[in-house]
Amino acid sequence: MEIAIISGKGGTGKSSISAAFATLQNEIVLTDCDVDAANLYLLFNPVCGEEYAFVSGQKAVINQEKCDSCGVCIDYCRFDAIVEKDHKITVLETLCDGCVLCSRICPREAICIVNEDKSRMYAGYFQNGRMVYGRLAPGEENSGRLVNLVREKAKQIAKESGIPNIIIDGPPGIGCPVISTITGVDAVVIVTEPTMSGLHDLKRTLEITAGFKLHTSVIINKFDINTDMTSRIETYCYQNGIQVIGKLPFDPLIVEAMVNCQSITDYAPDSDISKLIRNTYSKIITV
Amino acid sequence: MNSKTKIAIASGKGGTGKTFISTNLFNVLQKRDFNIALVDCDAEEPNDREFLSGELQYTHKVTQKVPVIDESKCTYCGKCKEYCNYNAIFFLKDTKMIKVLDELCHGCGACSVACNDNAIIEKDDLLGSVSQYGVSTNSALIEARMNVGVYSPVNVIKHAIKETVGFDLVLLDSPPGTSCPFIQTVATADYVVLVTEPTPFGLSDLMQSVDTLKSMGKSYGVIINRAGLGNNDIYDYLQLENIPLLMTVPFDKRIAVSYSNGELLTNLYPDWDVKFNQLYDTIIEQYGNSNN
Repeated sequence: MEIAIISGKGGTGKSSISAAFATLQNEIVLTDCDVDAANLYLLFNPVCGEEYAFVSGQKAVINQEKCDSCGVCIDYCRFDAIVEKDHKITVLETLCDGCVLCSRICPREAICIVNEDKSRMYAGYFQNGRMVYGRLAPGEENSGRLVNLVREKAKQIAKESGIPNIIIDGPPGIGCPVISTITGVDAVVIVTEPTMSGLHDLKRTLEITAGFKLHTSVIINKFDINTDMTSRIETYCYQNGIQVIGKLPFDPLIVEAMVNCQSITDYAPDSDISKLIRNTYSKIITV
Repeated sequence: MNSKTKIAIASGKGGTGKTFISTNLFNVLQKRDFNIALVDCDAEEPNDREFLSGELQYTHKVTQKVPVIDESKCTYCGKCKEYCNYNAIFFLKDTKMIKVLDELCHGCGACSVACNDNAIIEKDDLLGSVSQYGVSTNSALIEARMNVGVYSPVNVIKHAIKETVGFDLVLLDSPPGTSCPFIQTVATADYVVLVTEPTPFGLSDLMQSVDTLKSMGKSYGVIINRAGLGNNDIYDYLQLENIPLLMTVPFDKRIAVSYSNGELLTNLYPDWDVKFNQLYDTIIEQYGNSNN
């Protein structure tokens, strides 16, 4: 069973909850698909025997020796990424989308294309089984494709080693990397918080999961920060046929556990919050 | 500060308080009658409007060119597929099957250039919208909102930032992370305020943001939110790297509650109004130093 933990809004507690779920059983494949800000490896310090380079895209570079500043590339570039500065044609790296059209149409063949290959995927072992995660190099795109690779690797490991469950810690937002994270999973768990922003983002995230017809449930984290807002979220979920499978109070123990590089359920197994998390998890895997 | 100054409020980790800082800073400055715009660049999940109200002044649709293949003219040569660097054209030569996968298209126009048979025309695909709300006579909130199901917020963000030309001071509430949407936002900024929290996750993501900003040659400072939770590693890091700490916001339930209700702390508590005014002065001072 593949379970994806996502949130729409960032910082609602996805990673802490994913970490707790992952340490509730002896054999799991834990997958960090928040490739833009991967954090779970910090907690579990996995031993990774496998490292793969990921080509996220390409960028254009002008060969100044060949370039005669004719400017054709400037006319063709739809990303406003090529400019003339001090009689020299240059590519603005942050705007270049890597479409390669400029190098195809340049009459002097003065534009070369370089791969962006600083992103990585890692696979290895951690205390409760196997772990796969991706790290997108700053400024690079196509994180959706990296997410797909990470998920494929996790599925392959699960199949080969007979591990039944995969837990995916997802990225925030509702764009491409999120869509790649949830496509085809068995269950989506949305972690939200009782704030105006949390509710707004939850609605947009539910639109995405409804579009993919995925089994979706909701956890309201830090629910006691604002109980009125919690009721509003519960009502909204009820009216839309979405089950709220857990309400977790704000507990400084969660941060304490993180500082000590442990999941909350390992750090304080007998605490109320850990009991609630175990109870919540049991509702997911019995779906 | 010179006219047309852009300050980006950003963070690697999500949920550290970008929107909280952006909306409150904007609020104290609009009260001082600055000619100021706040741009909500988190187009996937825009939240600034939960905290600020204003009259809608315009909504612009943001579209992207997507190719349409006229199969009556297509000779199934496959050159468009060869030119497409995004795998957005599905092509089987033997069965004469050709299809544009709209969601993968970046609208670069390479396929149109490739086609020798005039078989490719372009249509506009809706990506989202940019709306401006007047908050006071001199200030506005500009919201970038990506449509649900669209793959990338980058185009909508770029359009929103372009709408700020008439304002003297611009605050950019950035999307989380350090990938494309973040880069597109901070690339246009004169100064970047990084909001973080004193936890191992917050520190790790902050370090990645700092590396990115360094490589872009940006000047920046840090705000620590929810101070008191977590540990002191982040303070050591700032000291070691000589990064200015612009403000600390303690973990305080009254702050969490006001945020959860969509209320501005600077409207509720005069002491916070003062602190956000001081924050602005600190940013200006740091920005001035970095320019000398």
